[in-house]
Parts: sequence; C-alpha cells; structure tokens
Amino acid sequence: MKKHAIILKVNGKAHDLVVESNELLLNVLRDKLYLTGSKYGCGIAECGACTVLVDGQSVLACMIPAVAAHGWDIVTVEGLAQGDQLNPVQQSFIDNAAIQCGFCVPGMVVTSTALLNENPHPDEDYVKDYLRGNFCRCTGYIAMVKSVLDAAERK
Amino acid sequence: MNTRILAVEYEYLAPTTIDEVLDILAEKQGVRILAGGTDLIVKLKTAEDFPIEYMLDIKRVTALDYIRYDDQEAMLHIGSTATLSRIEKDATVREKYPALAEAIHLMAAVSVRNMGTMAGNICNASPVADSVIPAICYQAVLTLTGKSASRQVPLHEFFLAPGVSVIRPEELLTDIALPLPKPGTGAAFVKKTRVRPDIAKISIGALIEHEGDTVTACRIAMAAIAATPAYLKAVGESMVGHKMSEELITATAALAARSIKPIDDNRTTAEYRTHIAEVMTADVLHEAWKRAGGEL
Repeated sequence: MKKHAIILKVNGKAHDLVVESNELLLNVLRDKLYLTGSKYGCGIAECGACTVLVDGQSVLACMIPAVAAHGWDIVTVEGLAQGDQLNPVQQSFIDNAAIQCGFCVPGMVVTSTALLNENPHPDEDYVKDYLRGNFCRCTGYIAMVKSVLDAAERK
Repeated sequence: MNTRILAVEYEYLAPTTIDEVLDILAEKQGVRILAGGTDLIVKLKTAEDFPIEYMLDIKRVTALDYIRYDDQEAMLHIGSTATLSRIEKDATVREKYPALAEAIHLMAAVSVRNMGTMAGNICNASPVADSVIPAICYQAVLTLTGKSASRQVPLHEFFLAPGVSVIRPEELLTDIALPLPKPGTGAAFVKKTRVRPDIAKISIGALIEHEGDTVTACRIAMAAIAATPAYLKAVGESMVGHKMSEELITATAALAARSIKPIDDNRTTAEYRTHIAEVMTADVLHEAWKRAGGEL
C-alpha cells in the first residue's frame, strides 16, 4: 500500500510523519507520537474515549484516517494544560474527584473543554446533552457534570 | 472483531476540485467516498462484505463546503462537505428550517456531528436517516453530478432499499437544495430513542401550510418504519382543505399508523412502532400547527 508523507500539528508542535492509507489518527497519536491520553474504547464512534480537538471542535480520532488529517491543527488531552497550569476543566475534575477508573476521563475533559469554549455559561441540561457521546462505564456522570458546571463558574 | 485498526487496504485519493472527483468516479472501480467518515469508517471496520479499492476524500474540495441562501431562487443550498454541526448552527437553518436544525441536533453526539455531513447521511441511505425526514418535508432536491451530465432528484425519490439509492457509481451528490417555506409554515420533528445518542426506534417530521384555519398543504415523513425513509404523501394530503381540529389530527395520526408496515428489529418491535407512530404523528402535527401560528 502506498505510503503518504503528512504533517500533523499536535499540541502546537508540527510532526513530519509517514503513514499508510489505512492508519488511523488515534493509532498514530498513541503509537507513533506516544500521546497515550486519547483512548481506544469502542472504535465505532459511540464512546468518545478517543476525542481530540481539531480547530477547537471535538472529533473522534478513531474515525479519521491519519492521511486525511494532513495539515490539521490537533489538540489532545496532553495539550490542554499550559505548562503546569491545568485548564479549568482538568482542575475541576480533580477537585470534584470526578474520576473512577479514569479511562473515559481524557475524552470527557477534551469534550468538556470544547463545550466551555462554545458556551461559557451552560446549564446542567446543556452539559448532559453535550456529553451524551462520552460514555463512563463506571457511571460517574454526576461528579463530571458538576465539574463542568464548576469549571464554568471559575472561568 | 478488531475495531482498533482498519484491516482493509486501499489507495487514498484527495483531489481538490469537483472535476477531479468526477474523473476518478468515472474511471475507477471500487471507489468509496470519504466525507465525514462517521459511516464509512465504521463500515470498513465492521461490515463483512464491504469492498473498497479507493478511498476518495472529498473534504479538500473547497467548492463543496458551503451553506448558502440564495435570495433570488428563495432556496437554501447545502454543499456535500458541510458538517452537520455547521448546518445545525446556521442562522438561516435555525430560523427558516427549524425542524432540520432539531433533527440534526438529535443525531448521535457533538463529535459525530462535527465530522459527519448531511450529504453522507443521505447517501448512506439508511432507513433511519434523521436529517432526511425534515428535509423531505421541506421538499429538498438533490443535485447528482456526473462527468458528462448532472440531474436533479427530489429527496423522497432518492432511496430504493437499505443502503441503496438511485445515485450511480460515477455520480457525486454535490448540492442539497431546500426551497424557502412559505410565510406561516410550521414544521416539527420528533424522535423516539431509548437514550439520547441512540439510533431512532422511529422518527417523524411534519410540515403544515395553511390559510386561516384551513390546511392548504401538509407533508409527513417517517424514518425506521420501512426499508427506506418514507414520505407519507397521501397521509399529509388527506388533511388538505380541512379546517384544523383535534379530530382532524386524531384521524390523520390513525391513518399514518395504518399506512406503515414496520418490522421487528433489535431496537424495537413492529407492534410498538405502529402504536407509537400514531401517538407521535399527533404530537408532531400539534407542534407543527403551533409553529404555524395556529390554535386549537
């Protein structure tokens, strides 16, 4: 299969990569760039564990051929903090102990960050609706929704 | 089944003009079009018999990425790479085509809508395609463009069977056109799922035009009750010329339920679909009438 030279800008840094046509963005992020925050959950666009931001919008890295992402500006969960300074959603998840097994948390935090960029003052229904594509199989939703609402207040 | 990787092999093509896309479609066999990828990639990972030789990425064709209202034509045009999110948030769509904005908002989840396209939802030809239902009510017309000719097809005539439509292998869906509803038109969309991101057990759209209390046009469409998204032409037309009333809505809802032959599947049963179709048709007609400025 033909290989493709691509450039991915990830968390502010440009990476020159060679990928095959059928490599997925999630696997390139995890296996080639060692950014293992984004998780492989369902692989079929249902669980949200692989959520990353492209131009500030949440998308699913397990659904995107890496070659199709050539030139994109991508932010993963690793890129949300400014140095040691966590973003408001990350800090709020910690303060509210909104973590059980933790597997869904990167996707939750990334999607919630996009949520607050889009709507800085959401109500509870808005948050629940926005996060409906991010599954927590520990069912720890209440603390997560509270974390997003708290983060909105702090912003 | 391993959904972590794409086990299939194919050649990836990413042209930047419509002409290049049409050349590829005319010349090559086994081409699958990648727009948002939210259906294509899932199928490539999970479908047992889904051959692919070429993945044709149309997202770099900037001429397909638009939502544009044309004043002279009184027509909204949606390009085939406009994402569902963009359509859902578009000011004209929200104001003039609210049932479309609602149906799209209820689809899947935000990340899927940030990727997926309405053109993809249509071409996938699922019997459960949510964005199709209000678009049928709004009388959407598709432009199917081939290398040597293009043609226009009313959306409700596009579907033939699950996953099968009238589009030919050499054609690209380039434009979705929705005529501006007349002033005083009311349209609504309702959907039944177990939890929000689910695929619908059933969804229904309705649009009503009226003069005073008299219905002058009504269009009703339903998803997940037949092999294709269904336009229930006769059901809507049965209201025309009548004064709106509770009795008329009750009779129309009963007619709608009698007109469909749904099946049992893993989301629900034919019996439930038939029952809920009646209830939901009444709901959607009430809402459309309310939005049309009517009273009951």
